[in-house]
Amino acid sequence: MLRKRGDDGAFRIWTGLFALLVAVIVLGIGFELWRHSRLPIEKFGFGFWTGTDWDPVQEEFGALPFIWGTLYSSLIAIVLATPIALGIAIYIVEIAPSGLRKPLAFLTELLASIPSIVYGLWGIFFLVPFVRAIETAVAGTPLHRLPLFSGPPYGIGMLAAGLILTIMVTPFISSVAREVLRAVPMAQREAAYALGATRWEAIKVALRFGRTGIFGAVVLGLGRAIGETMAVTMLIGNNPQVSTSLFAPQYSMAAVIANEFSEASGDVYLGALFEIGLVLFVITLLINTASRLLIWSTARAPSRRPAPVKPAAAEAA
Amino acid sequence: MTLTRCSLPAAAALFLMGALAASAFAQTVQLNGAGATFPAPIYTKWFSEYHKLHPNVQINYQAIGSGGGIRQITERTVDFGATDGPMTVEQIQAAPGILHFPTVLGAVVPIYNVPGVDVELKFTGPLLADIFMGKVTKWNDAAIAAVNQGMTLPATDIAVVHRSEGSGTTYIFADYLAKVSPEWKKSVGVAAALKWPTGVGGKGNDGVAGQVKQQPGAIGYVELIYAVQNKIDFGTVQNSAGKFVKASLAGVTSAAAVAVGSMPRDFRVSITNAPGDATYPITSFTWLLVYEKQKDKEKGKILTEFMRWMLTEGQKMTEDLSYAPLPKGVVDMEMSALEKVK
Amino acid sequence: MTARGSAARRRLVSSIMTGACACAVVVALVPLGLVLAYIASKGIGSLDLAFFTQLPKPHGETGGGMANAIVGSLKLIGLASALAVPVGVLSGIYIAEYPGSPLASIGRLAADVLNGIPSIVVGIFAYGLVVLPMRRFSAIAGAVALAIMMVPIVTRSTEELIKLVPASLREAGLALGATRARVTFGIILPAAFPGILTGILVAVSRIAGETAPLLFTAFNNQFWSPGIDQPTASLTVQIYSYAISPYDDLHRQAWAGAFVLVVMVLTISMLARLATRRLERMRIG
Repeated sequence: MLRKRGDDGAFRIWTGLFALLVAVIVLGIGFELWRHSRLPIEKFGFGFWTGTDWDPVQEEFGALPFIWGTLYSSLIAIVLATPIALGIAIYIVEIAPSGLRKPLAFLTELLASIPSIVYGLWGIFFLVPFVRAIETAVAGTPLHRLPLFSGPPYGIGMLAAGLILTIMVTPFISSVAREVLRAVPMAQREAAYALGATRWEAIKVALRFGRTGIFGAVVLGLGRAIGETMAVTMLIGNNPQVSTSLFAPQYSMAAVIANEFSEASGDVYLGALFEIGLVLFVITLLINTASRLLIWSTARAPSRRPAPVKPAAAEAA
Repeated sequence: MTLTRCSLPAAAALFLMGALAASAFAQTVQLNGAGATFPAPIYTKWFSEYHKLHPNVQINYQAIGSGGGIRQITERTVDFGATDGPMTVEQIQAAPGILHFPTVLGAVVPIYNVPGVDVELKFTGPLLADIFMGKVTKWNDAAIAAVNQGMTLPATDIAVVHRSEGSGTTYIFADYLAKVSPEWKKSVGVAAALKWPTGVGGKGNDGVAGQVKQQPGAIGYVELIYAVQNKIDFGTVQNSAGKFVKASLAGVTSAAAVAVGSMPRDFRVSITNAPGDATYPITSFTWLLVYEKQKDKEKGKILTEFMRWMLTEGQKMTEDLSYAPLPKGVVDMEMSALEKVK
Repeated sequence: MTARGSAARRRLVSSIMTGACACAVVVALVPLGLVLAYIASKGIGSLDLAFFTQLPKPHGETGGGMANAIVGSLKLIGLASALAVPVGVLSGIYIAEYPGSPLASIGRLAADVLNGIPSIVVGIFAYGLVVLPMRRFSAIAGAVALAIMMVPIVTRSTEELIKLVPASLREAGLALGATRARVTFGIILPAAFPGILTGILVAVSRIAGETAPLLFTAFNNQFWSPGIDQPTASLTVQIYSYAISPYDDLHRQAWAGAFVLVVMVLTISMLARLATRRLERMRIG
């Protein structure tokens, strides 16, 4: 191949180098994270992930509270966001009058464009007092005795973090679900209608056809929620405890890195934070790969879609 | 197509010109420091005033917490650090040649936001320890009422707010609590980053003050100026002579006077719970961390010039921001110690 | 799909469910409206000339502005683009031109992985890679972190755009004896340019709002930052530190900053969208 066109070699090598660079960056990140994590890995081993003590004084580091907080907040986000996102996707693709489609799609994209820090700012001054009011109201009812709703009404805590994540994750799930639904062949729906299905029943057929892709969309949203840093840091309460209560201030993996990285003194402390970063890296890697596989099995990516049939005239130089 | 074709190079050219103009600042010398939020108001005031006097010197200070100050100066990613918790022996070993220089004295006050209560609450040391350990959970607890006779406090939950990162302010507070509460000393200890039994974490003195201000029922601890500037209620604390003292310049200066006689050569000293009727018990020095051997001689020279200014002219500005100036004896000691920094 | 119960019941279920979907849209738009309304109302009211022209005041004093933060953000975006665009475009070219080769598959996979890495992780990587060896926080460190996040977007969009250029163009050029390089840079890239520009703009709008990777790289600065090797203030980090502070005046400035940031990000997104539409019109027409 290199010898075919005499002066092709340089082009191929140079551009190839840059493609290689992208891969090198990814490997480099993984390697750096692993390298700095060696100390705590040696010291704590697997106990790092089951320990609940985050004690910089005693140099005892257990990261379970952060995994818990990350998973709990992400779970809340996925549980709340998925029905809403699917509803939006279904509405835009299947139900909305054609004039409404573009504006609605635009508005959902708008939700995704707002920077995380702005969500955090809005969260502090609007969402937290709102959540605090709800928590205070619940605290007055017998619900307060349930572990899910126990604790003083801080406002800041798992519920606020979960809600802001819901808002941030919805547009991601929705836009991918939209693509998936659009890729479902019209024939599926038409067959349903031909057999006398109602609107909703035809939609169910489409959903069924694209269910793998939709599941992939949800997984993608999960990956997004797990990696979110700023908005969560500002709303979650920064308390490394494992608690089932929505009211309790807790901590997440990304938040602890953001708060403590610039001042972790001592190699073990810093290494512990790097190890958390390493796990974040691996988790999001796995989730994103999984979601991509799921999505592509149903919705074909735009580059793979058969090119629109154009008259030959347009193609001729 | 031509529009986009032209606009990109045009934008690039504009940007390049801007970058070149920015780098014309090259003759400005910039020093970077990071650390404690405790003295951040007076430090940023100093650096701003110093910049007005010496327009080609920019001293950029970032308040990220004492823990951050210690860590970044250890890795030499900044030119100086700042901390209110003196470095431990291990930390000094990791940063050979590091020197501590006290700059001002400040006070840590217990701030609170109790709905319906606008007056000063009294706190004893053990009571504060119990609250922050999570043993006293409601504002109408008997322990609080015992110290504040005649006051009706609501049944609101106490929301403890502490620091989320390594903090010298935490160190000072914990240092005091360990002296007055043996249980605190045993179960929580004294350090810049603690394993807090309860509460939410705020980032910096700012974060704690902000959280307490917005959260009904909250209690926290911040440097005096943060409470004053933000008009947050703060209480009186019982000192070692049994008197309840509200943090003020007088109370802080009284504590400093004790230190003068016993100031060690490396300036690392604790003055919490100092004796004296008028002394405010949660007081501390705060330090700048500077290497004895400066890698960049020019920057080292500018740094020492600043510090000399800080020890003379700068001390006159502290009282406006409720920090107490250094006692003369300490200033003299520092001036001679500065000779070592080259 | 089977008829369960009476037809009327099925129609009722259908109406309810489609109504629920419409509700979902409303539910999603409510926070959007609240956020935008809040930013607009608090932000516009907080803007003043000082905000755009002055440096921050000492801790606790009222007044001052975010002039250095705005310029700093622009500087960081510019530097990051300067780093990311060549890497992204050239790697995208390789992946598009040699799609069968193993390196292309590796590159594509790597770009996808890079896209999903949380920004805080990229930040700590850049700290280890740039800040520690340089022994200084700097604009270039921040730019490296942002560039790493931009690369996958630019790579993918370059790859897809080049694939859309009709094969006949490439073949015509090669048939006339031009080298691969000449054909790519002289014919294909210009044809794909509007789309690639869109990709760059999308990447820029993504990093313009990033805060986490700048926390330990560009750090922050109360003054103007000379050159690229000093800590640099940025709009996002400044908003963050003001938002969590207790000072009302700083909150006011945070809203103003958020407003400016949102306008900036939305404008860039809008430009990207316009470029896409133009491209589609060119393709179809």
